[in-house]
Amino acid sequence: MSAWSGVKTIAKRELAAYFDAPIAYVFIVIFLLLAGFFTFTFGAFFERGEASLVSFFSWHPWLYLFLVPAVGMRLWAEERRLGTMELLMTMPIAPWQAIVGKFLASWIFIGIALLLTFPVVITVNWLGNPDNGVIIAGYIGSLFMAGAYLAIASMTSALSRNQVVSFVLAVMICLALIMVGFNPVTSLMARWASPNFIEAIAAFSVMTHFDGVVKGVLEFKDVVYFASVIGFGLFTTGVIIRSQRA
Amino acid sequence: MIEVNNLSKWFGPKQAVNQVSFAVQQGEVLGFLGPNGAGKSTTMRMITGFLPPSSGSVKVCGFDIVTHPIPAKAKIGYLPEAAPSYADMTVLAFLNFSAELRGLSGTAKKNAVRHAVELTFLDSVLGQDIETLSKGYKHRTCLAQSLIHDPEVLILDEPTDGLDPNQKHEVRQLIKRMGETKTIIFSTHILEEVEAVCDRAIIIDRGNIVANGTPAELKASAELAGSVLISLRKQDGADANAIAQKLAARPGVLRSEIILADGARLVLRALPDRKLQGSLSGPLAEWAVGEHLGLEDIRVEEGRLDDVFRALTVTDAASQQAKKQAHDDALIQQANQSQATQGARA
Repeated sequence: MSAWSGVKTIAKRELAAYFDAPIAYVFIVIFLLLAGFFTFTFGAFFERGEASLVSFFSWHPWLYLFLVPAVGMRLWAEERRLGTMELLMTMPIAPWQAIVGKFLASWIFIGIALLLTFPVVITVNWLGNPDNGVIIAGYIGSLFMAGAYLAIASMTSALSRNQVVSFVLAVMICLALIMVGFNPVTSLMARWASPNFIEAIAAFSVMTHFDGVVKGVLEFKDVVYFASVIGFGLFTTGVIIRSQRA
Repeated sequence: MIEVNNLSKWFGPKQAVNQVSFAVQQGEVLGFLGPNGAGKSTTMRMITGFLPPSSGSVKVCGFDIVTHPIPAKAKIGYLPEAAPSYADMTVLAFLNFSAELRGLSGTAKKNAVRHAVELTFLDSVLGQDIETLSKGYKHRTCLAQSLIHDPEVLILDEPTDGLDPNQKHEVRQLIKRMGETKTIIFSTHILEEVEAVCDRAIIIDRGNIVANGTPAELKASAELAGSVLISLRKQDGADANAIAQKLAARPGVLRSEIILADGARLVLRALPDRKLQGSLSGPLAEWAVGEHLGLEDIRVEEGRLDDVFRALTVTDAASQQAKKQAHDDALIQQANQSQATQGARA
């Protein structure tokens, strides 16, 4: 069996598990409602008087903060609760195949939710003449950021059989990744820390790397950042799973 | 087929399995016995590659489970202790998923699923969510999963746990049938199961193998195996102790015990001197008849797996004594019953 077909089998089952439960539809509805709410009220979509989705994308780091860990918390905690971990780990597949398969399933799920925000794209195109390249870059960047959050949720999910614990841990880590580059926090730190230190810390923040994306500039270094958070999260998931079996 | 060499497992400072070695050949069914917490499941988890061994090695069909996990795991069908499965899937979806993970697709997958369903009698619940099933069905669903790729090696951790007597019987028959061509290890604490199904049994206690042999060999090692039970009609003037002493003096008899002495009958047990070969019951019957002791019944005790199991896994002397007492009480009850039925017949 090729490595890819193992990943595909795992991903297929995991994705089906999302849509089998009513919680998936609840999640998508909440996501769409909140995305719209933030865009049109706090984001001041109309008042800006410009044809862009800045007010839409700039809320994504906060929106994902709670919604993405909610999607990712079940990935491994559920396997451990049901005891199916023992089945999965005695199947003739490598652990990384299961880790990647599960991650991909949850990423695709978020991707579907994100795609369903298309009315906002239609709206802005109907009202004005936005740069659709910038919007596509925004979507890609947003998807990458969701992937980074998910990899962290995958990691915390492997830590505990209790989904609530894994959710809270994921939110805390993601919040930390936001805060170290969040302007109010960095300007507070500027009172005592050197600018170099703040800059170095902020380089680890999703905010720093998502700022460009919001403005429509999807830089290679930002993609590398999100990809490395994903890589780190999944690798750590593997380490945690291995250590639990020892 | 399965070779286990000096396998040990430590959980922190606690040793769960200590230097366990054994081998199982193709066409052999090995029963794994032991009290709860003896290390049965831990050993099986190491064989299936779920837990890495602290030391020692496991080879499945020539593949080392640690260095070549994927080809080794491909040979194994595994039923974990709690028979876990995905509660939100239907039985059919779960079996399809297992088959796909085993690398089956298309017609081969369909046939494999159908065959596993037939073996485990799951036809009627194929479309049901697993969480809505009774325990017996859940268990069989997980069993079906372990059979789906027609594995050469089957590791079954308590395969009959939670089944009703009919289902237990079916599963035992299934294990026996498959044992003709496959290599099977299964754990249980039902001793009759071992006698019914296994070619060989291993008794494990506190992480150590304490016995390894065919069920017949194990039974022969029971303390009371081969001892002769003699029932005598009570006769006037007969002294129970004197008869017991005479019995103990017979050649081949190590010692004798009085099990029951009441107004109607006297039951004695003669324990054989294991150093001497040959049957004890024939000469003793002749002796009893010759002495006009009123012989009613004479029989040889086969030895019971229960006794072997207890003797090997219970080290507390007091509790052993209690077990022996319970055994004797059961015998007396049995004797009384047979007497009652005889009386009724007369």
